[in-house]
Amino acid sequence: MLLAHGFGCDQNMWRRIVPALAVDHRVVSFDHVGSGRSDPAAWDADRYASLSGYADDILDLCRELALPPVTFVGHSVAAMMGVLAANREPERFAALVLVTPSPCYLDDGAYRGGFSRADIDELLESLDSNYLGWSATMAPVIMGNPDRPELGEELTNSFCRTDPAMAAVFARATFLSDNRADLARVSVPTLILQCSHDAIAPPEVGSYVREHITGSRLVTLPATGHCPQLSAPEATAAALRGFLEEAGR
Amino acid sequence: MLEDSTDDLYEDAPCGNVSTLLDGTVARINRTLLSWLGYGRDEVVGLRRFSDLLTVGGRIYYETHYAPLLTMQGEVGGVALDLRAKDGRRLPVLVSSTVKTGGDGRPLLIRTTVYDARDRRAYEEELLRARRAAEAAEQAAHQDRQRLQKLVASLQRSLLPRKLAAPPGMDVAAHYQAASADEVGGDFYDLFPLDGDRWGFFLGDVCGKGVEAAAVTALARYTLRAAAVYDPDPGEVLSNLNTVLYQEYLSGDHRSCTVVFGVLGPPTGEGRRVTVTGGGHPPALLLTAAGAADYVPTSGGPLVGMFAGLRFTAHTLMLRPGDTLILYTDGLTDARTDDAGRYGHEALLEFAASIAPASAAAAVAALAGLLGGFGADLDDDAAIMALGVTG
Repeated sequence: MLLAHGFGCDQNMWRRIVPALAVDHRVVSFDHVGSGRSDPAAWDADRYASLSGYADDILDLCRELALPPVTFVGHSVAAMMGVLAANREPERFAALVLVTPSPCYLDDGAYRGGFSRADIDELLESLDSNYLGWSATMAPVIMGNPDRPELGEELTNSFCRTDPAMAAVFARATFLSDNRADLARVSVPTLILQCSHDAIAPPEVGSYVREHITGSRLVTLPATGHCPQLSAPEATAAALRGFLEEAGR
Repeated sequence: MLEDSTDDLYEDAPCGNVSTLLDGTVARINRTLLSWLGYGRDEVVGLRRFSDLLTVGGRIYYETHYAPLLTMQGEVGGVALDLRAKDGRRLPVLVSSTVKTGGDGRPLLIRTTVYDARDRRAYEEELLRARRAAEAAEQAAHQDRQRLQKLVASLQRSLLPRKLAAPPGMDVAAHYQAASADEVGGDFYDLFPLDGDRWGFFLGDVCGKGVEAAAVTALARYTLRAAAVYDPDPGEVLSNLNTVLYQEYLSGDHRSCTVVFGVLGPPTGEGRRVTVTGGGHPPALLLTAAGAADYVPTSGGPLVGMFAGLRFTAHTLMLRPGDTLILYTDGLTDARTDDAGRYGHEALLEFAASIAPASAAAAVAALAGLLGGFGADLDDDAAIMALGVTG
């Protein structure tokens, strides 16, 4: 089982459900390049300006670790990275679990993604406003610096620290993406998990994804917010395990 | 003693207080925050989530960063967000939250404090603007430098032959190493055919660097080529160059130069006769087929362009099969070595003896390697040209 985090945090997002999944699955989680404790040297503003670069990384990871066909669990924007990767090399994927996915965040004609271009510009401003909370002294913390633990203790918000310049590139890649046309090409069993109230991926968007991926299942979790794996870990893990058992995995 | 009521303190605190259920629904909110927002209590409590009170962009930041952190850590501090007031105004605030847990450790509600950050954010925006301006300036400087280096490289290329053409029965090679990518150097060389199977060659060094030196370099180079067409006698050619450079003596851009000029005679069974003369230039090196190395007296003449009416005396030598004549500029001998001294002529002669005999290509490759070994501390440009008669 391969767990991919979305925009805004890192693989810590999975900490509440990994124990329940690891009982009978090998669980692999990772930080996208530009997030969490990824190697800053691997960053490439061009490669990561679109979801395609992240999807390539997912395929590289499968190849490098010689993973058998995986159940890919992608949260938020990582759901669409999984769709892109599974469309490129379907033989590497046994199933897709899309957690609060959105194929397109911007409104477009009759399609309601929930956001306008001006909203996304506002988000980029928010990232900038919190720029000042970031400094170069964060880098060793993020890179994991076991010989200087005091650095970590000084930080209140020690998880999900990301270089704001990289975060801005990731934000653009995320919120300006449009992967609606890729949904119809998904050929692996797919589960969609959504929350009853989600300001980022509203229920209509979940329904849109279900309608456009043939044979996909949609489960609405009794959870609010955009991160059910944190706010309702038991329900999220149960829905995931139910789907896998049904699929005989 | 003045008594303050905790109720009053909560309601009219100099900051906004809001308590929400775990799903974000507002359970309690103080008067201060309501007055900032322009909402009545009954328009918010039980109806709106805290994130509904933010701008849309702020809401995305809240859902993707703030809420996950709060869940994982139980608290989040000092995050910059914008509230959206009822009348549409944006209120820059700093937000901190803690999760209140029950006796069993289960989370019960979220307490959030909101500080008015208009002044601070205005200040921070100034900082951000300054930072962006600094970043833009740095990038512009970087681009300017790249443009300059490209220009310098193409100007430098225009002052040196693209590739040396080898006279029949000879192998020739050259190497040029710039001291700086930002400045054009003053070193120059060329090898070119004259009439009757004769070839002219020169290698020199205009004092100084930069565009002014490059202009003099171009003048020297074309004067030598043109003078050699009329009368290839090396002494005459250098006299011509001296006259031309001396004409510029009174101008502010005047520069002198050092140079070696020579003519390769037509090939004979013995090799080629070389007539060569120099003005203020380090002596050429001769590597013989027998494996000896020695300086050729080409440095006798004075610096070119400093005095009127100079005469230059030519020397003659035989370049036999397997012999290689090496010309170089003082960038090679004046290079700084590890022990803080200069490389010098003695060391160069020893080095030359250690590689002799050598073809022109092999000699230039060995000397280029030597230059490379001096590292990045080359004070001056260095040019090397080798002319060998093949065996």
